[in-house]
Amino acid sequence: MYKLGIDVGGTNTDAVLIDQTGRVYAEVKYPTSKDVYSGIMGAVQILLDRSGVDPALISRAMLGTTQCTNAIVERRGLAPVGVLRLGSPATLGIQPMTDWAEDLKATCADWAVIGGGYEYDGREIAPLDEKAAADFFRSLRGRVKAVAITGVFSNIRSDQELHAAEICREILGDSIHISLSHQIGSMGLIERENATILNAALFEVSHRFTEGFARSLADEGITNARIYLSQNDGTLMTMEQARRHPILTIACGPTNSIRGACCLSGQTDAIVMDVGGTTTDLGVVRAGFPRESSAAAVIGGVRTNFRMPDVLSIGLGGGSIVRKKADGAVTVGPDSVGYAITEEALVFGGHTITATDIAVRLGMAEVGNPALVSGLEESFARQAMAVITAMAEESLDAMKLSGSDVRVVLVGGGSIILPPVLAGASEVIKPTHFGVANAIGSAISKISGTSDSLADYQQIPREEAMAQAREKAIRLAVQAGAIPSTVEIVESEDIPLAYHPGNTCRIKVKAAGDLDESDSLPIHP
Amino acid sequence: MLHTTYSILYPQAFYGRLVLALSDQNQYNTDRYLLSKDYAPLMRRTTTHESENNMRQIGLSDISDIALGASLLGAGGGGDPYIGTLMVLTAIREHGDITLLDPEEIANDALVLPIGMMGAPTVLAEKGIGNTEVETLCRMAEKTYGRKPDALMCTEAGGVNSMMPLCAGARLGIPVVDADGMGRAFPELQMETMTIGGVKASPVALVDEKGNQVTFETVDNRWTEELARACTIRCGGNVCVTMYAMDGATFKKYSVFHTISRCQELGRLIRTIQSAADKDAAFLSGCGGFELFLGKITDVERDTNGAFNLGQVTLDGIGSWTGRQASVTFQNENLSATVDGELCATVPDLICLTDAETCYPVTTDALRYGKRVRMIGIPCHPLWRTTKGLELVGPGYFGIQTDYIPLEERVARRKADV
Repeated sequence: MYKLGIDVGGTNTDAVLIDQTGRVYAEVKYPTSKDVYSGIMGAVQILLDRSGVDPALISRAMLGTTQCTNAIVERRGLAPVGVLRLGSPATLGIQPMTDWAEDLKATCADWAVIGGGYEYDGREIAPLDEKAAADFFRSLRGRVKAVAITGVFSNIRSDQELHAAEICREILGDSIHISLSHQIGSMGLIERENATILNAALFEVSHRFTEGFARSLADEGITNARIYLSQNDGTLMTMEQARRHPILTIACGPTNSIRGACCLSGQTDAIVMDVGGTTTDLGVVRAGFPRESSAAAVIGGVRTNFRMPDVLSIGLGGGSIVRKKADGAVTVGPDSVGYAITEEALVFGGHTITATDIAVRLGMAEVGNPALVSGLEESFARQAMAVITAMAEESLDAMKLSGSDVRVVLVGGGSIILPPVLAGASEVIKPTHFGVANAIGSAISKISGTSDSLADYQQIPREEAMAQAREKAIRLAVQAGAIPSTVEIVESEDIPLAYHPGNTCRIKVKAAGDLDESDSLPIHP
Repeated sequence: MLHTTYSILYPQAFYGRLVLALSDQNQYNTDRYLLSKDYAPLMRRTTTHESENNMRQIGLSDISDIALGASLLGAGGGGDPYIGTLMVLTAIREHGDITLLDPEEIANDALVLPIGMMGAPTVLAEKGIGNTEVETLCRMAEKTYGRKPDALMCTEAGGVNSMMPLCAGARLGIPVVDADGMGRAFPELQMETMTIGGVKASPVALVDEKGNQVTFETVDNRWTEELARACTIRCGGNVCVTMYAMDGATFKKYSVFHTISRCQELGRLIRTIQSAADKDAAFLSGCGGFELFLGKITDVERDTNGAFNLGQVTLDGIGSWTGRQASVTFQNENLSATVDGELCATVPDLICLTDAETCYPVTTDALRYGKRVRMIGIPCHPLWRTTKGLELVGPGYFGIQTDYIPLEERVARRKADV
């Protein structure tokens, strides 16, 4: 049995085959295609050819993709959404999408805030205004394909959201996509509403890439594999979950490459530098997990309440364009030839000097045809390399929190442009398979379950409430496909409702475990 | 007219006048601390020519800096100002800009109405605000005082309450005065500089988003706290409130001046130093604070008993603090800080935790294992260092077994020990 890990980046589609012992059996880098799928097909085809593995023996396939992030950032393929909030008379002082950029806001065909919502203790703020809901849905006829419904405190009680969804289906039919906030975000109305609206807007994008992924695998004869997608927290979700909740796939790339780099290098505390074609992403690993950003996760300018790894991106990659200015100074990036590197870089017969050409000229890497860069003056190449090194060292210093040197793990296809010694690094480790760390990260992802609830410790003792939350998280992880014996609590917190007498606390517990690879497991949608 | 203003980054400037007015009440000679050598970077002043009228407009582009700065002055409390920001943005979009008045522009007989929200930030983050509360509050105040308020004011810096009066100012078309009643955030409503001047919190008017209205008078400010909290819970955990209504003369004597401008300056500072070469030094000198520690959070203990978010966070030193330990106790806001078991700051001085890399403030809600934070101390407003001020918010009130020693003196002593 084999696991297939795929990561679709802006420049390359990376794929790896991992066997049951966790050994990397084969790897490939293939240019990302505009339609994404021919890139995946190409990568998988080569992988199968090289390894000679019977595609029927691949039991799990994991995809990490930036499709959703790109769609939001580039405002591409987003479906028109009707936005309904259940909360009036509360929340009327904050319009939905108040701080969204105008062009992204245009995704919203119309919005309404109607009577509904709950208090923190489950009492109704107001009953659901069914008539207003029906009127709003009728007004959306023919204008939207998706609806986002967000109710106040729907994490405490979801009845009104579910009821509004029923009314929506009655009026707009079964083909309408409905995103319900209690299934997507945690506490915090606006962040949850934002994520829910984006999720609804992404539903066509998600259908396209999940179906395309499944089809391209089937076309390659991989018919026995259960398919998963990577989430932003480094855990997996099923195809069906991804179709309903595509927003959860955002920003899985950095998490995957950090975790993949850890796995490859055997390091649990280090700074990972992932050098791609256009950018270098730096992340910090502590005890095997990526350090999380303290700032709220902002996607395409929209604030959500997802937790993201803390990543510093700089405009330096294998395709970064190198220029000599009139005054003799040399610049590198931030612009890059990107995925066109195999046509435009000198070593590939092109006419643009890239960071890769500099590395090849100085004998640091063997890529393309070295004879094609012999015309570059060595002093110029050394000058450019000094700039590249300084950029890397500066960013490394920015990610460190003390003056002492740290271990650096270099991964990513572009990492050939960096020298083996960096100031500030006690050691620069370039593990084997460094080029496909993110695909490996995707393939080794765990599967998780999260419980997020409020408990009143006067009604139920804290220990009991925490135990219930832990049990629920573990149950959800196992239901999602984790091997029970490997499930651990990876996050646990209880925070009292501040400025509020009584003992009401918010308990959030997350459990994660290794993916069960036996086929006896029932499929959980 | 030549108008002398002080850069709002330098606290002694706007505190100075108050120090003179209150010197008879001072337990400590605050002038001494304000003029001490440690405070040298804070002594800069700027003189600007301005029109006699100092009012200015606050628009959409000003709000995010104000919110960020307020979050720092919240000293760990006050909650996330994000919701407050959205409230103001919606209000400005629907009703137009806000007029911000300099405190000196307030006439002695003006009616100044502090306005804010009470409740749990978690509830606020779900329920936000409706679109009738501030109008209702204003009507209730009019009924009580027989006149419209001339200016609105913040009860505290930090979280939603630094934003709420701006939201109300836009909705009602009433100016907001550039001041507050704490210069920071505190957990209980009697903890206002106005209390020092004998201003009573009540009559209190509170209203929820459903339209429920309560007006009440109490025998003292602590009772106001009790009753207001009780109403807040039954109303669903979050209400809009006005209290400490006062005349302009009293306002000018017992409030903290230029808080909104200071918030805006601090927010701009944090935003603009991100790419600075010596970010940390720029941050410390800019906010007028002292670095007390730099460390990694190794433990967060939270006590879930009682009404507040009580707890303690433990730090292991990093960088030049490696090998040393620190801790901070909090009750919504940070109360006291120790390094290697020795107190280095207490209320009412501000103890703020900021992200070690970005200098963004870290509130007590957001404390998590592994986070790297800088502990900084910022001197509080001199009114808090008076006998009456310390009775209200000194270490003793919060059960900390120590006499109050001003932050600057603690820092100087530690320097002398090294």
